[in-house]
Amino acid sequence: MREREDEWTGLMRSAISGDGAAYHRLLKAVTPVLRAVARRGLARAGQPVDQSEDIVQDILLAVHLKRHTWDTNAPFAPWLFAIARNKVIDALRRRGKRIFVNIDDFAETLPGEVAEPTASASEVATQLQTLPARQRDVLQSIAVDSVSIRDTAAKLSMSEGAVRVALHRGLANLTAKLRDR
Amino acid sequence: MDTDQLIRTIAADNAYRGRPVGLALMLALLAAAPISLLMFFTELGVRPDVMTAMGNPFFCLKFAVTLALAISAAAVSLYLSRPESSLSSFGWWLLVPAGILAAGISGEMMMPQRVPMMVRLVGQNSRVCMSAIPAMAMPLLAAALYGLRQGAPARPAVAGAIAGMMSAGLAATLYASHCTDDSPLFVATWYTIATTLVAAIGAFAGARVLRY
Repeated sequence: MREREDEWTGLMRSAISGDGAAYHRLLKAVTPVLRAVARRGLARAGQPVDQSEDIVQDILLAVHLKRHTWDTNAPFAPWLFAIARNKVIDALRRRGKRIFVNIDDFAETLPGEVAEPTASASEVATQLQTLPARQRDVLQSIAVDSVSIRDTAAKLSMSEGAVRVALHRGLANLTAKLRDR
Repeated sequence: MDTDQLIRTIAADNAYRGRPVGLALMLALLAAAPISLLMFFTELGVRPDVMTAMGNPFFCLKFAVTLALAISAAAVSLYLSRPESSLSSFGWWLLVPAGILAAGISGEMMMPQRVPMMVRLVGQNSRVCMSAIPAMAMPLLAAALYGLRQGAPARPAVAGAIAGMMSAGLAATLYASHCTDDSPLFVATWYTIATTLVAAIGAFAGARVLRY
């Protein structure tokens, strides 16, 4: 546990000093833990756990856009879990107003704490369609076709700088749309 | 887009560097300050007897209180812009201006006074005070909220309220140089009402614009 969290802190420090591969590894490493957090949060509130993946994606986007609020001298995990908690509460608030079932007692026995996500269309995928065409094309190129920034630039006949800008704006817009939905 | 694809996209944006919240807040406040200063110099202005007033410790005390409010609220605002922080660890900073004010009130109580206590408390400028401080605070509050959007507060309404206190503290610093009511009782009553009003507006607005 302790070791794992120290590793996260180290990876995030490398990411901030410019190591994209470390960033990728960090996000990969925290995702299963975030998934468990989201599922547990939904289960405790008596909500179906099948939408946990939307929460995981919300958390990942918030981690990215707010990472400058992490103090690089502090451990990474408390910061990460504060964001995760905030996003779980947000999600429950958004949909939980009508539901008052308390299944605390058998929440622990719910199956699927480690199951892989279901392949349903995510909120992110839905909102992606509403982005300006440039941003959507860049995001899709990198996400779906797993093309690098340089190749995306060649493919869409844009400069690498313009791809970077569109990529970041796309992620920021996506997050804003998810927040205000 | 599944989560693996989202992760790949986010990792590709690793070059992005967010603007530190402190810098964003400072730049926003600097941009808005001329508006509040303009409001102050066109509508109010410094009181004519300011040179004499500076010899009065209670005149100077007003600035100690308002600046302490602005500085402590700014520090707490910055602290609260991190997702893992809560008011319980640094919130007591906000008691510093209240402490200075309380000391001022007891100081005044120990001195012989020509004017009765209630008259000093009610003063002559209460209405101007309650409208001028919130009015001059509004551009600062809007700017502060804009800057604080770089942050990720766990409780947006609380963060907004503290931003309101900071804006009110700055506006009150300007106002204090205009107002001829120097009694700490006047400050404790009317400045507090004005600050509470701005903090309430900040909480209301913060709950909407500071969510992340």
